[in-house]
Amino acid sequence: MIDQASRIAYLEKIQPGKIIIWTLLFLGGVVMITPLAFMISTSFKTGTEVFNLGIIPENPTLKNYIFILNESKFLRWMLNSLWVATFSTVSVVFFDSLVGYTLAKFTFRGQTIVFVAILSTLMIPTEMLIIPWYMMSREFGWIDTYWGIAFPGLMTGFGTFLMRQFFMGLPDELIEAARIDGWSEFAIWSKIAMPLVVPALSALAIFHFLGNWTAFIWPLIVTNDPDLYTIPVGLASFNGEFETDWEIVMTASCLATLPTLLVFLLLQKFIIRGVMLAGLKG
Amino acid sequence: MFVSFWNKLSINQKLAITAWLFLAVPIAFYVTIRFYPTFEAFYVSTLKWNLLGAKKYIGLRNYEKIFADEDFWLVLLNTFKYAGVGVPISLFLAFIIAYFLNEINRWHDFIRALYFIPFLTTAVAMAWVWKWFYQPMPIGYINYFLTSVGIPAQPFLKSVHQGLYAIMAPAVWAGLGFQVIIFIAGIRAIPQSYYEAAEIDGAGRWQILREITLPSLKPTVIFLTVVSTIGFLRIFDQVYSMTTNGSGGPLNTTKPLVLMIYEFAFDEFKLGRAAALTVILFVILLVISMFQLWLMRKKP
Repeated sequence: MIDQASRIAYLEKIQPGKIIIWTLLFLGGVVMITPLAFMISTSFKTGTEVFNLGIIPENPTLKNYIFILNESKFLRWMLNSLWVATFSTVSVVFFDSLVGYTLAKFTFRGQTIVFVAILSTLMIPTEMLIIPWYMMSREFGWIDTYWGIAFPGLMTGFGTFLMRQFFMGLPDELIEAARIDGWSEFAIWSKIAMPLVVPALSALAIFHFLGNWTAFIWPLIVTNDPDLYTIPVGLASFNGEFETDWEIVMTASCLATLPTLLVFLLLQKFIIRGVMLAGLKG
Repeated sequence: MFVSFWNKLSINQKLAITAWLFLAVPIAFYVTIRFYPTFEAFYVSTLKWNLLGAKKYIGLRNYEKIFADEDFWLVLLNTFKYAGVGVPISLFLAFIIAYFLNEINRWHDFIRALYFIPFLTTAVAMAWVWKWFYQPMPIGYINYFLTSVGIPAQPFLKSVHQGLYAIMAPAVWAGLGFQVIIFIAGIRAIPQSYYEAAEIDGAGRWQILREITLPSLKPTVIFLTVVSTIGFLRIFDQVYSMTTNGSGGPLNTTKPLVLMIYEFAFDEFKLGRAAALTVILFVILLVISMFQLWLMRKKP
């Protein structure tokens, strides 16, 4: 009887149900990253070894990377993506927070109209604007320019809405006190309000950057010159050229993916919190 | 002159002027890059125009042509298939994963990261990886796996029946991590006292799930349903990258609305027809957003 009782107590402590759940979740997670694992492994394989489906390359080689960097414009595309995404992110961080702050902390006639108007842009799908943007770009000579790739995303309704929510949480007394001390309105925003919303600001920056890094349809339309391609457009242009050289294509895909994975590994907690933040407020 | 004018203003007037100064550039941006193009899209949808020649006003003829086009109805059906099948599958999987992930402690962050990482990938890059997985023997992993367990090899992307689902799979895969995180946040926001009360009343696990967890997650479910429905209705990257020459084949069976818009506008230069299709997409998405607002407003 005592044995029985202690066994039940022991089973309750280790909870077999939990172990099964844990194992299933873990296996599911492994399945989730399998495509990435094979992508990385194949990027180190030689052309003939691609047909060998093992995950560990037999003769790991960097030849594919050297080939991609020498024989295609991949490095150039990475720099293009980096530059466009950085420029766009700086703009969004500056303007979305300035507008969000103005809408949250100033009172003036027409405020609601401006807010509703900006919010209403969230209802307009990008696809609807692409044809007018293209007409505009042709007219002003923005085809095949960095400005042409970046201009549609320099401010976002979502970012403005998000930042407004966070600025509304700041106490008005703080701003009043700075005003009495003779601070300019711009200084109050940039030196007092901004440092207090850094978590929201960095979440916005990370997601805007990531969105630009992976953006496809607009860069595809606005660039014809391979020198101006961003990474996704460049990758899509491999269609046909390297169609059967899977190890080359996997290497290119690796190069496109690894920067974002590295950023994630460095800022994991931060990014996850950012998703929750954006999801709950948004 | 300016200084004396400025000094005469009341503090509130000064603040209002500052506010408009801060908003000047953004307002110019929203007017020229968002609102004007929106109206222009409606306007172009009433034109017959090939980008180079003269614009010819033809009223609603573009819409008439679209509705008379059999391909349009196939494409619309495809688009709704992506959303109609993709959304329930991803939400169901995401909820199950989030529900159990929330209960485990050992390596919690690590396992969560495994599910989240695909969300950070570039769709075009992953399209290549999946395309490679779907290849016939001896290169394709999935067919290798299927034949090794005794199931015949499948055509996947080359099949008019399987193509659409083969393209949907990487989209579900990549979006899952985001939904899991949002579900976990939603589950954690449920007050602990609800569970304690239920346990005191002797409710079982299943009953707690059905009567407390799921009803409390209603806003999360609505949010995720709308966001991912809109995402699937706008699917483009995966289809363009995974089908031969970005054609939405075989035989248009995988082509979604956005790809059709892209082809009309930038392959055939029928800008009027393409713009009319974007207006149709806009209306569909607007109806869904309105439906969300209506659902959110209703008290539980």
